[in-house]
Amino acid sequence: MLEVRNLVKAFGALRATDGIDLAVREGETHAIIGPNGAGKTTFISQLAGNLVPDSGRIFFAGEDITALKAPRRARKGLARSFQITSIYPEFTALENVALAVQAHAGHSFRFWRPAFADAALTEPARKILDDVGLAPRSGVLAANLAHGEQRQLEVAMALATRPRLLLLDEPMAGMGIEESQRMIAFLGTLKQRHTIVLVEHDMDAVFRLADRISVLVYGRLIATGEPEAIRANPEVRAAYLGEDA
Amino acid sequence: MSRAAIFWLVAAIVLAALPPAVSAIGQPFYIDLVRRIMILAIAAASLNLILGYGGLVSFGHAAYLGIGAYSVGILGVYGITNGWLHWLVAIGASALVAAAIGAVSIRTSGVYFIMITLAFTQMLYYLGISLEVFGGDDGMRLKARSALGIVDLANPVQFYYLCLALMLGVLLLIHRIVHSRFGMVLRAAKSNEARSRAIGFSPYPYRLAAFVIAGAICGLAGALYANHTNYITPGLMSWVQSGDLMFMVILGGIASTAGPMLGAFALVLLEELLKGWTEYWQVILGPLLVLSVIFFKRGLAGIFGRSDA
Repeated sequence: MLEVRNLVKAFGALRATDGIDLAVREGETHAIIGPNGAGKTTFISQLAGNLVPDSGRIFFAGEDITALKAPRRARKGLARSFQITSIYPEFTALENVALAVQAHAGHSFRFWRPAFADAALTEPARKILDDVGLAPRSGVLAANLAHGEQRQLEVAMALATRPRLLLLDEPMAGMGIEESQRMIAFLGTLKQRHTIVLVEHDMDAVFRLADRISVLVYGRLIATGEPEAIRANPEVRAAYLGEDA
Repeated sequence: MSRAAIFWLVAAIVLAALPPAVSAIGQPFYIDLVRRIMILAIAAASLNLILGYGGLVSFGHAAYLGIGAYSVGILGVYGITNGWLHWLVAIGASALVAAAIGAVSIRTSGVYFIMITLAFTQMLYYLGISLEVFGGDDGMRLKARSALGIVDLANPVQFYYLCLALMLGVLLLIHRIVHSRFGMVLRAAKSNEARSRAIGFSPYPYRLAAFVIAGAICGLAGALYANHTNYITPGLMSWVQSGDLMFMVILGGIASTAGPMLGAFALVLLEELLKGWTEYWQVILGPLLVLSVIFFKRGLAGIFGRSDA
């Protein structure tokens, strides 16, 4: 589904992505873990097209997408959520999702009919809000949603683009225990239907959700494998898991 | 009836009733004044489309006011007085220039965008000054007003109602645009560009299209302005004029339908009032504008209700 070959990105002397090779299989949930500063967000930004790699290639569904910008990749079915909440604060929850639906409903050079009175946009948006459990909050301005709800809204917007691959950058960031549990359960249902690349600090979530895990340390992948193999890997334990798992 | 509906009904009735009312009290000067305000409101509304809804802080919007006015003036010199042709050229030339300026400047953002739009407009301003055949620095009287056939622009009252109709039409048009799919892309990109790109919108073509539409509408305002003053001058393209348009938008309420109209009325009426009192009116107007921006963050439209009324 997604294949990365020898990807390199350096900021000055810091090689934030240092020759990464990775293959994400169709249907799997592939977690990427690593200590702070390991280059996880840099890596996912290159996958989404927000950062241009210095060298290496990225293939999506067999096609070389290395040169494509973020909006083109999004239209091809690569959806991303952000580590730091990124929504449209002055639009309602429903409008946020309707915008994501609109982004994939052909061109938007339509000047006269009100967009949010268009059932072709609002109906799919309503359904997705229902799926993520935000339906009762659909009329609330996104700025006024609780933090956990905003994180859910992020995922809802990614889903609204009908993605073939979801790139989730720390969907649990800043959530309380209860909210996290709800999000994990929700992602558990998502993984039935979607291919997911999940960057997450919450080890509980990672080991419950991931089919395979890759461990990133200082820009290099030091291991990729099933959760049990990763848990048992001495190199991984030394570099990262030792402290908190 | 909603507050917005009541507001528009009252505004339309007051503006429609104004010519007979001021004629009755022997002050026809106000027909002229309000007509000028309404023309400027059209220009300000077009700026609001890109500045208020698109987040494109253009500091050179007076360029299109000038292009529209010079279109009328220059065609007149060559004996072309057909008003519909005047409008067509004013709108078309403004759209073309906006497309060229926009194509370059929309690739930049922030302060660079402000400066580059200002620079382009200053170029046009100096071009106007250097055009000796068309009056150069002093400007030029129109050889003839635009001849529209159904409306006589030499008749102050007929011209007034034409401006009223066009202003309401433009405000409606922009209201529809900003609530359409197109407008949503524009507003979403202003609200959160990274998010827009991540869900698959490429803002550039939409911003450019909005820039061209805004330029075209302002070009029409320019054509009307030339007929209003019966005179064209490079001063129409000066940065002071661009700044006035920005002030109308900000004072009236950014990203609101009625804002540019309220801002145009407030700024011009205030100016007239202060001019009546003192020769140093700018000393009073400046601080007043600063205070209004500080205390009415949502502008005058914010007083009347929701920002998109």
